[in-house]
Amino acid sequence: MHAALDIRVPSDVQQIEAIVAQVVRRCREHRFDGRQLSLNVPVALTEALSNAILRGNGDAAGKCVRVRAEVTEMRLVLEVEDEGAGFDLEACTEDPTTPENLEREDGRGLFLMRSLMDRVERFRGDGNVVRLTLNRR
Amino acid sequence: MSLQVSKNGDVVVIEVDGQLIVGNRQELKQRVLDEAEGGARKILIDFARAGYIDSSGLGVLVSLAKRMRELGGDLRLANLNDDLQTLFELTKLDSLFQIADTRERALESF
Repeated sequence: MHAALDIRVPSDVQQIEAIVAQVVRRCREHRFDGRQLSLNVPVALTEALSNAILRGNGDAAGKCVRVRAEVTEMRLVLEVEDEGAGFDLEACTEDPTTPENLEREDGRGLFLMRSLMDRVERFRGDGNVVRLTLNRR
Repeated sequence: MSLQVSKNGDVVVIEVDGQLIVGNRQELKQRVLDEAEGGARKILIDFARAGYIDSSGLGVLVSLAKRMRELGGDLRLANLNDDLQTLFELTKLDSLFQIADTRERALESF
């Protein structure tokens, strides 16, 4: 992917807000919709980053997360890569909105990514990659 | 994120300023638990100055609401902006919480 943003950051949840701010700024420059700037992009990217840091990298100090973002007039494509073994995206179908799951503290991350992005994919690159695509409205 | 805590009668009002996400959710959790430990049973979280909330932040709210109910108390929410309202509707958490348009209405509801 030819990326306008390509950074490698320490695997630390305290890095998330700064990365999100960089991506949102690029989307704003491409005149993305206000709701996409304030909700879809920040929440979905935060979920992808926290998954990568806490699950993919096991919250281990010393590991890194790579973030690539390609922003055009048409769409945003984000790739978040961790050093983990990956997971089966298709197998993660649990619905956090059912009555039996509603009071669970966890289990909403992937649901939010799927709800707020047009496409969520996972594949192997150098590491485990989650790709999020959002079409500009 | 920062938290402003005040009291209105027997209601502890906690105003969230900024994002409530994975890196700071424990601050809110600990603050509410500290207030509960000190005897508070009515907690209002005011999101008038909040940014976005991620799944970890939502999870903390769910967990705190459950804890307050176990203690015979209640945790309610106020001032969700359109983005936050959408998040609560998407996750159906709007059915789990009592949510008021304004702080005043929330305080009256206790």
